[in-house]
Amino acid sequence: MSDLAIRVEGLGKEFHIGALQTDRYRTFGDALVEAITTPVRRARLLLSGRATGAAELDQSLWALRDIEFEVKPGEVVGVIGRNGAGKSTLLKILSRITEPTTGFAEIHGRVGSLLEVGTGFHPELTGRENVFLNGAILGMSRAEIRAKFDEIVAFSEIEKFIDTPVKHYSTGMGLRLAFAVAAHLDPEILIVDEVLAVGDASFQRKCLGKMGEVAHQGRTVLMVSHNMSAITQLCERTLLLDGGELVMDGPSSEIVSSYLSADGAVASRWSRADHPDESDEKRDLVMDSVEIRAADASATDVVAFEDSFTVEIRYTVRQSMSGIAVLFGVIDQKGDVVWSSWDTDSTDWSEKLRTPGSYLSRCTVPPHLLRPGRYYLNVAAHVPGVRMLDTRKQAVGFDVSTVGYGFTHKRPGVVTPQLEWDVSRNGG
Amino acid sequence: MSSAAEHATAPVPVLRIEPTSGWVKLGLREVWEYRELLYFLTWRDIKVRYKQSVLGAAWAIIQPFMAMVVFTIFFGRMANLGPADVPYPIWNYAAMVPWTFFAFGLTQSSNSLVSSSNLLKKIYFPRLVVPLASTLSGLIDFFIAFLVLIPMMVWYDIIPTANVIWLPLLLVLTLVTSLGMGLWLSALNVQFRDIKYTVPFMIQIWLFITPIVYDASNITNKAWLTLYSLNPMAGVVEGFRWALLGLDTQPGPMILLSSLASIVIFVGGLFYFRRMEKTFADVV
Repeated sequence: MSDLAIRVEGLGKEFHIGALQTDRYRTFGDALVEAITTPVRRARLLLSGRATGAAELDQSLWALRDIEFEVKPGEVVGVIGRNGAGKSTLLKILSRITEPTTGFAEIHGRVGSLLEVGTGFHPELTGRENVFLNGAILGMSRAEIRAKFDEIVAFSEIEKFIDTPVKHYSTGMGLRLAFAVAAHLDPEILIVDEVLAVGDASFQRKCLGKMGEVAHQGRTVLMVSHNMSAITQLCERTLLLDGGELVMDGPSSEIVSSYLSADGAVASRWSRADHPDESDEKRDLVMDSVEIRAADASATDVVAFEDSFTVEIRYTVRQSMSGIAVLFGVIDQKGDVVWSSWDTDSTDWSEKLRTPGSYLSRCTVPPHLLRPGRYYLNVAAHVPGVRMLDTRKQAVGFDVSTVGYGFTHKRPGVVTPQLEWDVSRNGG
Repeated sequence: MSSAAEHATAPVPVLRIEPTSGWVKLGLREVWEYRELLYFLTWRDIKVRYKQSVLGAAWAIIQPFMAMVVFTIFFGRMANLGPADVPYPIWNYAAMVPWTFFAFGLTQSSNSLVSSSNLLKKIYFPRLVVPLASTLSGLIDFFIAFLVLIPMMVWYDIIPTANVIWLPLLLVLTLVTSLGMGLWLSALNVQFRDIKYTVPFMIQIWLFITPIVYDASNITNKAWLTLYSLNPMAGVVEGFRWALLGLDTQPGPMILLSSLASIVIFVGGLFYFRRMEKTFADVV
């Protein structure tokens, strides 16, 4: 057996955005106009000495550049990075959906890729028919699907509806069935993209459990996820992509924490003035600033475990609206939401009209709660269940210091609240 | 699925993914390896097509039959463009059966890539399977429509000749023509959405450059007839009539020329499709 499952060398992918920028597809007319105008434009640019060649005319974008890594059989490797970092492009190349522009990749063994659950599901077909169709699309043979059919249906928990057209299913049922098929795919090398980002919490847990099982069977897995806690739980090793380049490769916990601290400012103050964006001008409500203040009201990025601190969210309302809730979520190093809290939780603002003007929503977080470590805040304003007005992910970051932390570091728990206890001895 | 023990002994298949340029191999062996997917996609197309229609598979008969009725009235009776020795309805219907299959296959396959963009962007398989499945899904309709020929022949008292043994070959010629055009058009459609609007129009014109509503013997000029025979469907239609209705026309040279044209379209389509294939997922 080879001691290599995946080998990637000098892999790059270039997209020509010149042609794709305005419209996703061209018409004959466009192609014709382009064919006529391009030489003219090029000649003019060359004559005026502004162009050196074709570069300016056909703008291109390197979605991936010089990617090199190796994966050994049985390794479970995570791929993380911001949107547009090239994660999906990498998986698409390894799944042979799109071709690289430079370099090569070698895959040793039977490969199965799962870039989406339920690819090819047809609403008019019944659950049973879709299991066979989807299985075939994922590369299973008819005999293989037939052999696993009962298991798939049992896993999906929709036995009763297996002969009902999928269009009558709820979203959750459809997803469960789709995941059930995918979960029974067993190639030697599995390439997975964000499959865990679907469905409700309990379904996600089930998927995560199944993925963990797969990971422990000695299968080689390469998975992309935005769920940092899934990455740290399932993968021993993680690749970090940024701007199409592989910037880090190492143990998951290290990569994830350095990604999270590098991603977005660790600054304890965020202000819109520092991040001008035209799209903000159209919002009916826009975030102006987010700040962490220590108990003495001074701006800080370190708060003591034993102190309370305050989150201040300033925003401008441009259109009168009622039913707005402004909120923040506390995110830990793994990317999990520790809690989130709305400004309508303990005020009567959910009913009140917010007329145009500047507002401040402030929340004081009690002491003895967050385990020492680094945290981030996601802030948002929305009309619950109706629309999102503005949202800023990981707008600010702060550290909770161990000052006043009396517990051992080994104590488990996402939060380590100091609660009131009462101990008494019963009987004589 | 092979067992773990087999994996240990069998050599590990190594797949190399690298940029290709220019003309590439046809990869027909891989299409064969994916025959189960081809089967399922064809089966899906057929199943979905009739799932919510009240008349279901009856449509396969209604379409060519109604067209035949209309053509009989206007071209057969009023314009008198039909043949002298065979009743116009069966003469026309014998042509409409392969024609409907051709037109359907062409329409479906030229749209096939765009309508399965979701598959193209999410999963790997030989892309040839997509237009192939679309074209094949029309076969069921062909056979249903073909069955109607039997009572019609009884009605008109026509006894088929031994030439019917050529029918399967003529059907293959229809399939190859339809798929060949479908390969060109589906690949072009990914880049240029104009194709979608061009196809119905093209089929209409094609119908009239094929001897379906009028008798090809009306064309007497030798040079024109040669040019005319380059239309693969001209050979198919004449061949169907010759085999089924026992006409004494000898469509041999015409079919030969038509087949040649068809093969050129098909092979060219295959290579063009394979060449464009690598851009599909990025552009579609």
